[in-house]
Formats: sequence, C-alpha cells, structure tokens
Amino acid sequence: MCGATEGGVSLEGVDVAKESVIQGVVKRDDQPVAGAYVRLLDRSGEFTAEVPTSATGHFRFFAAPGEWTVRTLAPRADVVDRTVVAQQGVVAEVAVAI
Amino acid sequence: MSRETTLVNADWVQQHLDDPKVVLVEVDEDTNAYDKGHLKGAIKLDWTKDLQDQVRRDFVSKAEFERLLSERGVANDDTVVLYGGNNNWFAAYAYWYFKLYGHDDVKLLDGGRKKWELESRELTEELPKREQTSYTAKEQDKNIRAFRDEVEQAIGAKNLVDVRSPDEFAGRLLAPAHLPQEQAQRAGHIPTAANVPWSKAANDDGTFKSDDELKKIYTDAGLDWGKDTIAYCRIGERSSHTWFVLHELLGEQNVKNYDGSWTEWGSLVGVPVVLGDEPGEA
Repeated sequence: MCGATEGGVSLEGVDVAKESVIQGVVKRDDQPVAGAYVRLLDRSGEFTAEVPTSATGHFRFFAAPGEWTVRTLAPRADVVDRTVVAQQGVVAEVAVAI
Repeated sequence: MSRETTLVNADWVQQHLDDPKVVLVEVDEDTNAYDKGHLKGAIKLDWTKDLQDQVRRDFVSKAEFERLLSERGVANDDTVVLYGGNNNWFAAYAYWYFKLYGHDDVKLLDGGRKKWELESRELTEELPKREQTSYTAKEQDKNIRAFRDEVEQAIGAKNLVDVRSPDEFAGRLLAPAHLPQEQAQRAGHIPTAANVPWSKAANDDGTFKSDDELKKIYTDAGLDWGKDTIAYCRIGERSSHTWFVLHELLGEQNVKNYDGSWTEWGSLVGVPVVLGDEPGEA
C-alpha cells in the first residue's frame, strides 16, 4: 500500500519511537487550508514526498533524522518554504502561513 | 511516440469533457480521492483492486482486464486520458498498464490532478454513465515489462535507473516520506543503478519538463543512450513515470519498467545490494 492520503497517514498503529515524524498545519489568515500541496525536500533540495492537506489543513511525513525543507503550494498563494529538523522518536511540528 | 501524441494539457481536456470518444480515467494513490471530486465524466480505476491480482503479486489477467474495461465502458477505439494525484505517479502507472495490454490511444494529462486543482478548475462528485462495451485486450507486451532475472542480468550491462529519492537510493529511507519507514525489505539499491529521481523530470506543478531539459537530465546522470534501460522504484509506479518520459516523450525504444521494484529486490535472497550515494560496482 502506498496511499498519499490527504493530510498524511494516521499515526495510529505506527511505532513513533522508530519514526522521525514531521507534521503541521497550513493556514491562511489563521484559517486552515484544505487541498494545499505540501512537499518534503531533502538537504539537496530534492523531492522526497508530497501530500495534499486534509480538511483541517494538516500534513504529515515520516522522514529520517536531519534537516528538511517543507514546501507549500496552494491556489492563489506564493510558494512558502520552511526548514525543519527531524529526530527519531520526535514529532516535529511546523506551522505554515500562506 | 512523442509529446504530441502522448500528453495533453488542461485546456485540451476542458474542450473534450463532453466528447464521448474521450474517456477520462482517474487513478490515484489515495483511492478515495476520486470520490471527493473528479473531472466531469471521469471514471475511476482503483489501482489496488482493479489493476492487481487479489491473491498473487501480479497484474490482472488479460481476460480480467477486458472484463474491467468492458464494464466501465471503455472501447478499443476510445482515447483514454489518464490523470491522478501525486504528480501522476499512478496515472503514469495505469498508462504503462494500458500500453502493456495494447490499448492504442492513451494520453496523460500534464500536471494531473494537482495542476487542475491549483488552477481552481471544476471538479464534480457526479458519477458518469457509460454504456458497457466489449473490450478486447492484447497479450502483455513484455518489451516494456522487466522481471527480476532480467534485472540481475542487467547489472553492469544495461542502464539501470533508480528513480526513488536520494535518501531511498542510499538506504537512509525505505519508502517515500509520506509513509511510515518501518518496512520488511532491506534498504539500498541495485548495483550500478544511476539515481535519477522521477521528480527531476517534473516541475513543481507536476507538469513534465521540456524534451531538451529531460534529455540533459538523463545524459548528465550517465545514461548510455546506446543501451537498453530498465527503470525501477519501490513498487513500480514512480518508475512508470520515468518510463513514460524515456519511452513516450523522448521516444527511446528499449525501455522497461521493473514493477517488482525495490519491494521485490530488497526482499530477495542472494542478490547484491549497495548502500550509500554511489552506484556501486557490478
């Protein structure tokens, strides 16, 4: 199974201690944005994954430890890049404002 | 093959929304995406149910594919236009699959569902009605599908292109990062494979780069244009995207997709695996 589920795969049943999770919410004027596209870029800027945000604006990735860039594309908005550091066993939270 | 015969843009699709001989087909990684809105008139194919044998790891048979397309109302002389989310990964996979079973006129919507959405074009939840057909498929075209033994023989002899992200290639990740990383197979890549992530062929909005840009990307990555090529990824969908680029857009003749890909290779006993960013020796 390989489902780019809106918002990302649920953490239910996932052993978070073994994962380096990056997650967050995309907002416009403080309101969550559904259907934005959030992509995860590695240290070299290469694409690693992409998910559309959920109805509540959420997204989630299962990365490896290290520095990553979260890039957000949404209708009628400029591209927004945020850097984030992932660590194994930690859920790194990123807030994106577009 | 060329860009003109295999790729259409959103304006073209918009103009053909009511054309009965054009069948829009949505194939998504998230198999529920269609149900929450799709292009007007589009039918859905569920890649996990409609395109896979439900017992063995393999594709549905020719007879099952015929039954599927007949029931969904696809005729042999229809123009099939595929699109989907995730930068068309699964739409490209379905494209390759339609070609495997010999459908004549197949096209991909450039940019797929994402570009359509980002341009705020219309989506509907209304389900289309198509009359049943009597579809006839051809025998699988094994010229575009590679199996594991052929891949093993290709080490050091043919171009192997690993289209996963650099971290998956090196063995730092086991799956695309929108999925949990705990997986059964070993990490790494097939010796001598060049890492050309599928994403290098696409713009941020999911459209394909120009032919000149594409040619340069694979040339710079060391692809020998005089040799046959096998592309692979994790389960064969991203490598369909690269197969589409090499075979359909750039017109290279001998390009195969290894759909067993890393979930098979990384589980095989006795095959070589390389860790790290370098291709490794044969």
